[in-house]
Amino acid sequence: MWTLCLQVPLAVMAGKGRGVAAFSFNIDALGIGRGSMPESRVGPNPLFPNTDFKPVPLKAGEDEDYMLALKQEMRGTMQRLPHNIKPHYNKSEVERYTERYLKQRQIEDEEWTPDWNLFPKELMPQKKRPRVKADTKKKTVKISHKDTEEMLSKLDELAKKDDGNPEKSDDETEKKTEGKENEEEDVEEEEYDEEDIEEENDYIDNYFDNGEDFEAGSDENMDGEATY
Amino acid sequence: MTAQEVRLCGLLLREHYGEVVEKVGTHLLRSGAQNLRTIVHETGMPLDLVKKCLCVLVQHGACVFSLGRKGPGSPTEYQTSCSQILTILRYPRYIYTAKTLYGDTGELIVEELLQRGHMTMSSTVKTVADRLTQNMEDGRSMDYSEVSSSFSKLVETHFLQRCPPLPGAGTTDSTTPAAPSFSDCYKVPHVTLCGRGKRQLSSEDGEDQRNAKKAKLDSDTHGDEGIYWQVNFERFHLHFRDQAIISAVANKLDQTSSEIVRTMLRMSEVTTSPIATCTKPLSANEIFRSLPSNYNIARPILDQYLTLLVDDPMEFVGKAGESGGGMYVVNLHRALANLARATLESVVQERFGSRSARIFRLLLRKRHLEQKQVEDFAMIPAKEAKDMLYTLLSQNLAQLQEIPKTPDYAPSRTFYLYTVNQLPTARMLLQNCFKTVANLIDRRLFEAKENKRLLEKSQRIEAILASLQASGAEPEQLTEVEEMITAPEKQQLEGLRLHINKLDSAENQVDETIFLLESYINSTISVY
Repeated sequence: MWTLCLQVPLAVMAGKGRGVAAFSFNIDALGIGRGSMPESRVGPNPLFPNTDFKPVPLKAGEDEDYMLALKQEMRGTMQRLPHNIKPHYNKSEVERYTERYLKQRQIEDEEWTPDWNLFPKELMPQKKRPRVKADTKKKTVKISHKDTEEMLSKLDELAKKDDGNPEKSDDETEKKTEGKENEEEDVEEEEYDEEDIEEENDYIDNYFDNGEDFEAGSDENMDGEATY
Repeated sequence: MTAQEVRLCGLLLREHYGEVVEKVGTHLLRSGAQNLRTIVHETGMPLDLVKKCLCVLVQHGACVFSLGRKGPGSPTEYQTSCSQILTILRYPRYIYTAKTLYGDTGELIVEELLQRGHMTMSSTVKTVADRLTQNMEDGRSMDYSEVSSSFSKLVETHFLQRCPPLPGAGTTDSTTPAAPSFSDCYKVPHVTLCGRGKRQLSSEDGEDQRNAKKAKLDSDTHGDEGIYWQVNFERFHLHFRDQAIISAVANKLDQTSSEIVRTMLRMSEVTTSPIATCTKPLSANEIFRSLPSNYNIARPILDQYLTLLVDDPMEFVGKAGESGGGMYVVNLHRALANLARATLESVVQERFGSRSARIFRLLLRKRHLEQKQVEDFAMIPAKEAKDMLYTLLSQNLAQLQEIPKTPDYAPSRTFYLYTVNQLPTARMLLQNCFKTVANLIDRRLFEAKENKRLLEKSQRIEAILASLQASGAEPEQLTEVEEMITAPEKQQLEGLRLHINKLDSAENQVDETIFLLESYINSTISVY
């Protein structure tokens, strides 16, 4: 609609004649003199400009304190609810130390199932999705996956025990047994674990392909011997 | 869905539901309605995680789903809106209001519903009774019927409402979810709930698990399966609006006038629709009869007060007729507009000084003024007036309007008039408020991250202290543990807590301004 016309005098000023600030029209008619122009810009605005007026202090009273406490409490509670989905990250040593002393209640993962009557069906986690493609092959592969998973967990336990920290391994085994119990009870968790295993499908296959590894190793050794 | 709103919504989602939900939520906010496959593809996240996030968002009402646009066979589409997520800022205010109106029971009911999104009445009552029992002395427990009656009261006054039924379930007519004004919206179901709250004893973990399992198994139906309740934000907003008007009258005039306005608003609570411009006319006789009993003012004094209110330039109360001793209405929309105007004026005053504020108020009243006229009316010397006007112009608080005398818009032959438009300025300030809150949250997260090590250390020490005290340790051990935090660290912690509290409190108070400006802007969006 109506554009800013402050630009106009500046544009007019750009008409470089003999003098730097030469206007092409009679400037007095506008009611402003040549000295009353605002300073020309030399760059972008500063990121944190100085303020002449300091902000008004916050309201402080019983109501505000109560609402502040409510807000912080609510934030803390909502972060502990199962609605709060935490990204998967590896628990490092520091985490386990705190967990020993914080209440156990706060760490237990409450599973939350929404009422599927109110939600679209496609959001349900898939239960035993029938993979029609190759049933028998998948079954055998599944069995070997369960084996590999057990082997991996046993290896982990052994590795942890080797570290020489019996308490940590106790925690690990406790958590693993708890995790397995939850697995058996909850269909959802089982599904997610299966999917995870299935996703890692290709890598585990390659990893446990024993023939190639041994041959590669023996080839290298032989090469080493041959040169000497 | 402006950039500032999306940024603020992202931060709120992150704080309350985690970063994973934030990613899905902000993606949906930016791209509008999408179906599941597209979301998975564009966010690059695994399918099960996206499903979980969508479940969380739908549970809390932040996301709605509807049948696809291409006909009945297309997949369901999910859509998020900023307004629901931005109400998270106001949760403390809702809970506090429930506390002032309905006591601790009401407070806990509203808190539970806000945290869980929507719940059935029976589960809410049980959880709240348990929580109340926790805080009572040993041996006493909260009866379910008390909590149920508080729940019913909240529903009667429309602070809680039923969740709308699943859209598109069975009927293929409506593709959009039905507005929550269906017939059973506020009907309390007949629930058979008898019992008392259980105190949760600090027993061993195994026992707790077993108890929890038992509770899950014998969750007997109470006759209200499938009926979910949610908080009715609109009703709370109406209540806040009324409170704002009453406190404005109290500040400007006196306590008695505010009581009169409060009575008028209370009488018209049920007869006024949420989008009404003003309340239904009330006669002075009715007002006199409905005044609270501890306000013994005589009838002629009431008339004088009403005349004062009508004549006040803020125009809170208007006169609509002479029958029944004078018919009076509360002008809701005009009151909101005036409150928003006062907010704008105070913003200019606090940022640019009282003289700039004088110019701003002048421009609001006189609409269009030339520069010379501004100098004369505001009684400010020319040079300073010019400077202030240019500052207001550069901050976009004032606009310039050209009125040409000749068709070629020559600058020497054009009028340049300064003007202030209240509505666009209010929208701009609202966006500034969103940016402010987002900056406050950012800064608070930064402060917490900077001092993460210190915070974790203090948390560990507190946990150790708590466990030692629970197991009955000597005071020497306690002091020894306390001394693990050195004095300068304690000072640093104190300073950190002070900063975080200040930032949090500032968020709450900026939200009050956000509410006022939002209400004003929504009232100007005229429906039909």
